[in-house]
Amino acid sequence: MTLAFDLLLALSLLWTAWRTLATPRLDRALVLFIVFGLLMSLAWARLAAPDIGLAEAAIGAGLTGALLLDAYGVLRRRVRP
Amino acid sequence: MKRRVLVAFVLTLALAFVFLLAGAMLDLGPTTIDLRAPVAAHLAQSGVTHPVTAVLLNYRGYDTLLEIAVLLVALLALLAVVGDAPVPPSRAAHPVLQTLARLATPLMIVVAVYLLWAGAFRPGGAFQAGAVLAAAAVLLHLVGLQPGWSRPRLGLRIGLAAGFVLFLAVATGLLTQGSLLQYPPAAAGVLILLIESGLTVSLALILASLFLFLSREEGA
Repeated sequence: MTLAFDLLLALSLLWTAWRTLATPRLDRALVLFIVFGLLMSLAWARLAAPDIGLAEAAIGAGLTGALLLDAYGVLRRRVRP
Repeated sequence: MKRRVLVAFVLTLALAFVFLLAGAMLDLGPTTIDLRAPVAAHLAQSGVTHPVTAVLLNYRGYDTLLEIAVLLVALLALLAVVGDAPVPPSRAAHPVLQTLARLATPLMIVVAVYLLWAGAFRPGGAFQAGAVLAAAAVLLHLVGLQPGWSRPRLGLRIGLAAGFVLFLAVATGLLTQGSLLQYPPAAAGVLILLIESGLTVSLALILASLFLFLSREEGA
């Protein structure tokens, strides 16, 4: 059961990473990046490193994601005022 | 045709490289230095019972001191670049979002304090607590309850530097112990909690500043 979960987690990590890089739309890439960060913190928790998982969830997915989304908003306003 | 052959050739090379790397990774022997035993052996003198916090704040306190210094310098560089442009009035978001943010903020503050306190004996600590606090500030800013910052005033400046200054003061005060940041075992727990509290406040302000100073609209 846990092996199946781990395999699923690893596969979805690779898949979201690939989709983040390959998707043509910037907003979708940003959301996928946040999803990737959350999955990554789950992976850290599964690797028995909850400290890194906490930091990844708070800084990697939360703050960085918010910064990127904010930058995206500014970019969009500048292109289409 | 020629192009397809070229692509296949490059792909083959890349795949071979991937397999080579994977093989090399699986071939790695056990690490020559195993620090788990010494860390566990000295845990009783470190003042905390969680090994990660013991490493971060006690055995390798020097690294953490430099980390907070690096973050502070990064923020100073950002402030120097940004200058003091006027801050546009923040647009209020939908009332439902504002209410949600109002409800979430006290919870996030409680979580941050818990993370700070829990760092001594389970996963948690100053960096996570500071990040949660900063996320609360960013949340309030995004729904329009917290305007962006234009220029750091005295209070904010003191808050930004407090963690580093406190850490440095403790390090200076302990210089008589022989080596840098060598806590006396009896006072280690209190000193670590003191340093982590200062770090939490400063980290939250630094991370929030990175967001709130940058989030002004150009030409708006």
